Amino acid sequence: MTVLFTTRDGSASSVDRVLARSVTHALVGLEPRRVEVEAHIESGIPGFAIVGLADRACAEAKHRVRSGIGSAQLEWPLKRITVNLAPAGLRKEGSGFDLSIALAVLAASRQIPTERLGEHAAVGELALDGRVRPVRGAFAVAEGAKRAGLERILCAPESACEAELGGVEAIPVRHLAEAVAYLRGELRPPPADPPDEEPEPDPPDLADVRGQERARRALELAAAGGHNLLLAGPPGTGKTMLGRRLPSILPPLEPREALEVMRIHSVAGVLPPERPLITRRPFRAPHHSASTAAIVGGGAGPRPGEASLAHRGVLLLDELPEFQRPALEALRQPLEDGVVAVARVQGQALFPARFQLVATMNLCPCAGRGDPAAECSCSSQRLAAFRDKLSRALLDRFDLVVTVPRSRAVELAAGPAEPSAPVRERVESGRIRLGGAKLRRTAEADELLSRAVERLPLSGRGRTRVARVARTAAALAGADAVLPEHVAEALAYRSPNELAA
Amino acid sequence: MNELALASFAAASDAHLVGEPRSARFAAFKRRFDAGAELARLDALGFRFLARSDPGFPPLLRAIHDPPPGLFLRGRADVELLARPAVAIVGARACSAYGRQVARGVGRELAAVGLVVVSGLARGIDAEAHRGALEASGPTVAVLGCGIDRDYPAAHRELAKQVAATGLLVSEYAPGVEPAPWRFPARNRIVAGLCAATVVVEAREQSGALITADFALEEGREVLAVPGEITSSLSAGSNGLLRLGATPLTRAQDVLEGYGLVGSSAGAVDVGKTAAAVLEQVRAASAGADELTRTTGLSAGELAVVLTELELAGLVNEEEGVYRAAS
Repeated sequence: MTVLFTTRDGSASSVDRVLARSVTHALVGLEPRRVEVEAHIESGIPGFAIVGLADRACAEAKHRVRSGIGSAQLEWPLKRITVNLAPAGLRKEGSGFDLSIALAVLAASRQIPTERLGEHAAVGELALDGRVRPVRGAFAVAEGAKRAGLERILCAPESACEAELGGVEAIPVRHLAEAVAYLRGELRPPPADPPDEEPEPDPPDLADVRGQERARRALELAAAGGHNLLLAGPPGTGKTMLGRRLPSILPPLEPREALEVMRIHSVAGVLPPERPLITRRPFRAPHHSASTAAIVGGGAGPRPGEASLAHRGVLLLDELPEFQRPALEALRQPLEDGVVAVARVQGQALFPARFQLVATMNLCPCAGRGDPAAECSCSSQRLAAFRDKLSRALLDRFDLVVTVPRSRAVELAAGPAEPSAPVRERVESGRIRLGGAKLRRTAEADELLSRAVERLPLSGRGRTRVARVARTAAALAGADAVLPEHVAEALAYRSPNELAA
Repeated sequence: MNELALASFAAASDAHLVGEPRSARFAAFKRRFDAGAELARLDALGFRFLARSDPGFPPLLRAIHDPPPGLFLRGRADVELLARPAVAIVGARACSAYGRQVARGVGRELAAVGLVVVSGLARGIDAEAHRGALEASGPTVAVLGCGIDRDYPAAHRELAKQVAATGLLVSEYAPGVEPAPWRFPARNRIVAGLCAATVVVEAREQSGALITADFALEEGREVLAVPGEITSSLSAGSNGLLRLGATPLTRAQDVLEGYGLVGSSAGAVDVGKTAAAVLEQVRAASAGADELTRTTGLSAGELAVVLTELELAGLVNEEEGVYRAAS
C-alpha cells in the first residue's frame, strides 16, 4: 500500500491537488477483495463525492465521514474532495468503508502521517459522533489484510478479537480521534479484551430422552457416519428433542474446520463479539417459513444462508413438509456437493455448506397418523398433497429414516437413559475406524443386500444408502468387515414408500 | 364417442335386450354413425369392445339386472379372464395402515390360488388389492369409472400399466369419457357384478364400498367384511355390514372355502431362536420397535437385525413404525 502526495507543479508545499490512498477489503461471498480508497483534494468549490460503484449504504458514508471528522475535532478540508473506491468494477456494499474513507481524507489533508496509515488496514463504520462501530466480516477482512502483507488492522473494539483470529494484530479504536492519535503516534490504545475463557454452554444432553431406543441408535449411526437423518412420527414423540441432541454426540471441531466456520459466521455477522472463537459444531434450526435465499444463501450481495451457517455442524429442519418446496429442492445441491454456488451477474459466490441434515415430519397433515390415541382425518387428496412436498429425490438424500410411533406411558417411566458422553466416545472411535481400514462387505452380506433389493421396495440409490449405513454400523461395532447383520440393521432404517407420493 | 354412439354401437353388435330405441333422433344418429370405423379406431388404439351379445361376455355380469351394453377392454389378457372365478376387494380411499396391509395380503393370497382380484383402481384399498395380486403374479381386473384410455387417478398411471400388462382394465364408458362422481356408483355395479364374492376391507359409514356391497347383495352374491376396530370411524361401515350378517373375513381362507379352494399354506419358515422370540411378541400384539426392545430385552441394533430378517422372510410387515405379523 502506498500513499502518495502529488502536486500540480511537483512541489511538496502546494496543497492544490493532493492524493492519498488507503487499503481495505470488500467481501465477495466469503472472499476478501482488495479495495483501494483514494482520496483526492483539489481547490475549487467545496464538495464531497464518492465514486466507484458504491451501494446506497456505502454512498451514504460521505455524511457519516463528514460529521465523524467534525466530531473528532479534526478539520474538514473545505475543498473539492473526491473519493474513489478502486477497482471501480467491483460493487462495494455496506458501511465498513467509512473508517478507511475518513482516514484517506485525513491523510490527503495531511492531518495524519501517510506512511503510518500505509502499514494498516482499516474496517469499521463511523457514527455521527465519530465513534467506530463494528461491521460484519471483520475476520475475513483481516484474513485479506494478512494476505496483502499488512500486519495491523484498525477496527472497532468489538471486532478486535475476531480480527486477531484472522492472523493480524488488531488495533481496537473506539473513536475516530483515537485512530488519528494512534496513527500520529500519540496514543497506544489498550489491547482488546482477550476472548471470553468461559466455555460455551453445553448442548442439550441425550440423558433427557427417555425410551426411543431405535431413534437413539439411528442418531448414533448418523453421528458416526455423517449420515442425514429423517425422523417421522406423530407429534409429541420427541423427534425435535432428539434432533437437537445430535451436536452433543459429535466430535469437537478441528482447528481447520473452526476457521472455515468462523469465516462464514463472520461474513453473516453472527459471530458473538465476546466469544468469536468457535469450538462447538454449529447447530441451526431455521423456521419453516424461511425463504429459499434464507436457507441456501443469496441476495443481491450474496450472503451465506442457514445451510452454510450449519457448515461442519447440524442443520435441523423441523416439520420438513411445511417448508416451501423450492427451498427444499435448493438444498439438494449442497447436500450433494457440500457447497452452495450463488450465481450473480458479477460472478459466482461459493459458500461451503457441508452440514449434516436432520429433519422431522408428521406422517400426515392432521398429525393423527401413527398415533393410537388420535385418528387421521385427512382426505386422500390432502395426504397426497402433503407427500407431494417431499420429492423422491429429496428423500433419497436421507440415509437413515426412522418412523417413531408414539411411545406408551410405560416407556416414559423407564429408568434414566444413557447420557451423551459415552455415545460420543463410541462415535469418535467409530469415525476413526471409518477413516482407516477399508471395510468391505463379506460375500454373505452382499448376498443379503441383493436379496433385499429383490424383496423390498429399494431403488438403486437406496441400495447405495443401505451399503453406506451398513459400513457405519460395522465401524461402530468394531468389525473388520461388513457382515450380514450390519446390512440387516441398515435395512431397518431405509426410507419407506409411504412417506413420498 | 357419446352415449348415443354407445347405444348405436351396442345395436350394431346386437347387444340390446329389448331392441333398439325407436326415437327419430336415434335413427338419424344411427345413419350417421359408422360402427365399423369406430371399431377400427379402437383397434388402432389397442383397445377392444366386448358386446353383451358376445358369447364371451362374463356370464355373472350378464346376470345382473342392468348389465352394461358392452365393455371396453384394455390390456393383454384374454377376454376369458373375465369369466374366471373372481373376488372383488373394495374399501376406503383414505384407509389406515392396517387396511392397506390386509388388502394387500388378501389380494396376494387369493391371486396365488388362481382367483382373479377385481377392484376399482382407486387410491387406498383398491390399489393395494391390485398390488397384492400383482405381487403374486396373478391377473387382476380394474374397473374404471371413466373412459378406458384415462388413467384415473393420475397417480396410478404406473399401476394401470402393470395391471394392463397381465390383466385387464375394463369400463362401460367409451374412450375419452371424463371421470364424474355419478359414474363411480355405476362402476361399482360392474365390480360387484363380475364377482361371486365381494370383500369390504375398510369403509366409513357413507363409503362407496358399501354401494358395491349393496349391489352384490341385491344380486345375491356373497359379501365378506374385514372386522375393524370398533372405535375407528374408518371401520364403521365394514363393521356395520358384519352386524347385518356379512361373513367376517379373518383370513384369506374364509373366501377360498366358499369356492371350495385350498390356500397355499406357507410352510413354517425356519428362523433363529431370537427371531422366533421376537416373532412371538409381534404375533401377540403389533408393536413399535421401542416396545419390542423392552419386551424382548434386545438392544435397538440387535432388534433391527432380527426384524429385518423376519421382514425378508415375509413373516413381519412394517408400516409407519409399527411391526405386524404378516397375515
